[in-house]
Amino acid sequence: MSERLLIAGGLVIDPARGLEAVRDVLVEDGEIRAVAAGLSRRRDLQDAPRFDAKGKWVIPGLVDMHVHLREPGREGDETIATGTRAAARGGVTTVLAMANTEPPTDNPSQLALLRHAAARDAAIEVLFAGAVTVGQKGERLTEFARLRAGGAAALSDDGRPLMNAGLMRRALEHAKDLGLLLIDHCEDLTLSAGACVNEGPEALRKGLRGAPWAAETVQVARDIALAELTGARVHLAHLSSAASVAAVRAAKRRGVPVSAEACPHHFALTDAMVPGYDGDWKMNPPLRAEAERQALLEGLADGTIDAIATDHAPHGCAAKGAGLDLAPFGVIGLETSLSVALTTLYHAKVLTRRKLVERMSAAPARLLGLASKGTLAPGSDADLAVVDPDASWTPEAPFQSKSRNTPFAGRRLKGRVALTLFAGRPVHAL
Amino acid sequence: MTKDWGLKDLLGLERLSAANIEAILDAAASFKNSPPKSPLAGRVVAFLFSEPSTRTRSSFEAAARRLGAEVLGFSAAGSSLAKGETLLDTMLNLEAIGVTHFIVRHERSGVLEDLAPRVKACVINAGDGAHEHPTQALLDLLTLRERWGSFKGRKVLILGDIRHSRVARSNLFALKKLGAKVVFCGPTPLVPDDFAALGAAIEHDVDKALKGADAVNVLRLQLERMEQGFVPSLADYALAYQLTPARAALMKPDAPVLHPGPMNRGVEISSEVADGPRSAILDQVANGVLARMAVLALCERARV
Repeated sequence: MSERLLIAGGLVIDPARGLEAVRDVLVEDGEIRAVAAGLSRRRDLQDAPRFDAKGKWVIPGLVDMHVHLREPGREGDETIATGTRAAARGGVTTVLAMANTEPPTDNPSQLALLRHAAARDAAIEVLFAGAVTVGQKGERLTEFARLRAGGAAALSDDGRPLMNAGLMRRALEHAKDLGLLLIDHCEDLTLSAGACVNEGPEALRKGLRGAPWAAETVQVARDIALAELTGARVHLAHLSSAASVAAVRAAKRRGVPVSAEACPHHFALTDAMVPGYDGDWKMNPPLRAEAERQALLEGLADGTIDAIATDHAPHGCAAKGAGLDLAPFGVIGLETSLSVALTTLYHAKVLTRRKLVERMSAAPARLLGLASKGTLAPGSDADLAVVDPDASWTPEAPFQSKSRNTPFAGRRLKGRVALTLFAGRPVHAL
Repeated sequence: MTKDWGLKDLLGLERLSAANIEAILDAAASFKNSPPKSPLAGRVVAFLFSEPSTRTRSSFEAAARRLGAEVLGFSAAGSSLAKGETLLDTMLNLEAIGVTHFIVRHERSGVLEDLAPRVKACVINAGDGAHEHPTQALLDLLTLRERWGSFKGRKVLILGDIRHSRVARSNLFALKKLGAKVVFCGPTPLVPDDFAALGAAIEHDVDKALKGADAVNVLRLQLERMEQGFVPSLADYALAYQLTPARAALMKPDAPVLHPGPMNRGVEISSEVADGPRSAILDQVANGVLARMAVLALCERARV
């Protein structure tokens, strides 16, 4: 007995195939079986369970290539179970979990443990990044071939930036040989030492130490040079500065194999909006000035920035309540990313709906080499979201996430996920 | 004394109105001639200082005693005050003991913003990180107003390590509200040009900055700044920025020299200037007690 579901009458947006039209979507046995008009009238589908998507969008399940699930080591802040339920609520059906857990994911046994936990606990697809250096200490490379054989979907020392350019070069060369994507958190730690917010008038006003945008761009420029030198692909995480966007744009024009992502908080908020010393507004890189934000919007619009990712980074209330200077870096984002993107990019006419969906599904799937994700093509995985683009709502704790550290709490957003399917089964419904 | 005050706490000058600031200065000036009856009789003032301080603390203590308050000899070590929650616990406990006024100095900027609304007692900021030091700025203002009457059109130069200075910030916020022009001067690492966005004029050449100034407030150069590359050496800094008699002469003839103390004689200021005719430094110290009396008395009125 096959498991079927008909998503009827929605506006299907499948950027990978250039499709944007009202269609019925038939899901069967965990796959997209058919996308066509008039399926809902077909006699053999009369008894199939159906979801009325009239007036809504039907889009590929989102792929978030930058999340922190905190398992193992900090299960009080998030687990694979809670983080993936948060993802499901936000229409996200695939995540790439970063390696800066405790201990870090820097060897195949650790990876095997995590994949076992994901098979048991995850509501959606969880891919794992392997660390670039042992213990993420920036001293010795991990075993990339063994990590790949153990199922690593990418490599990253996110959370502990790799400062050693010589080692970065070797890492890129090995990653290239193995076809693994290397994702870099660009931050020159000598420029950002001790900083908790963006450098600029707001930091000066509050008497806080700021990190200049150049702390990011110095390493962006380094990575671009190394990608050009080695021919290896490098993916730049959570860009936050205009100069970084300009550097990536110029590099792409020269044919350098570089890609980039931006986070909803960076393209929706600025440092001037941070209320007082509220630790829930602290992340790394920090919220920057309006001109930097505008550059991110331009980069998203012209494709310089390939993908939108959350950098979902849960932290407990006690840690975050310590204030801007002492609180740990990071905000959660899985439950609000699409809504923030719709509010800030689609409704504000920065991106068309097709481009927006592309940046959050097809593009990250392509960057990670996931052929059956990020599209609604027949035969691909039945991961999809039904979205009401005009529904207004206000995110409030409690969240599906174990943590509640988000600057979007209490902010009105326009656009909401009504239904999320993973492998053909509902994992979230309003 | 004054009309509509209504503020239980004094955390900074940035959010005060010009009228609020004038109210404090008026009250302080009135205390000079006629000390008030004991408005704080039966009240208990506690000190929470996570950083060392001699003059600010003794100035506050003198002010509290002159207003009739009992002073609790409590001083907390830095480590136990490191986290905001711990500080709140400390304050709630002291409040239960009967404390009605907290005078707090803390190395973290903004640490009082969340705490003050959560206690019934008055909270007076005696310096938070690199953020604000409102009573120091108020005593500077009182010292200048005694000489000038009005701040309108006056050019006040603040010279030195502005980046790390809560005194500079409180002075900037208040002086701008009162109509003065504020110039920040020092090397770029200590005086980033982004300060212009807060309303200060920025000048890295000390001679140009001093020319025509109506007053200069010289800030202490913290000795540890060398290690972080903010200045190459104290001698190098002194050569480029020390207030010497020759440089002081570039100001208007009667322009006073202020310094919040403690001074590094021979680094940011020469002894000739510190002890010279322009020096208003001891006036500042005397006015400090009056300004702090005014703040304590005004905040007490708004305490429920």
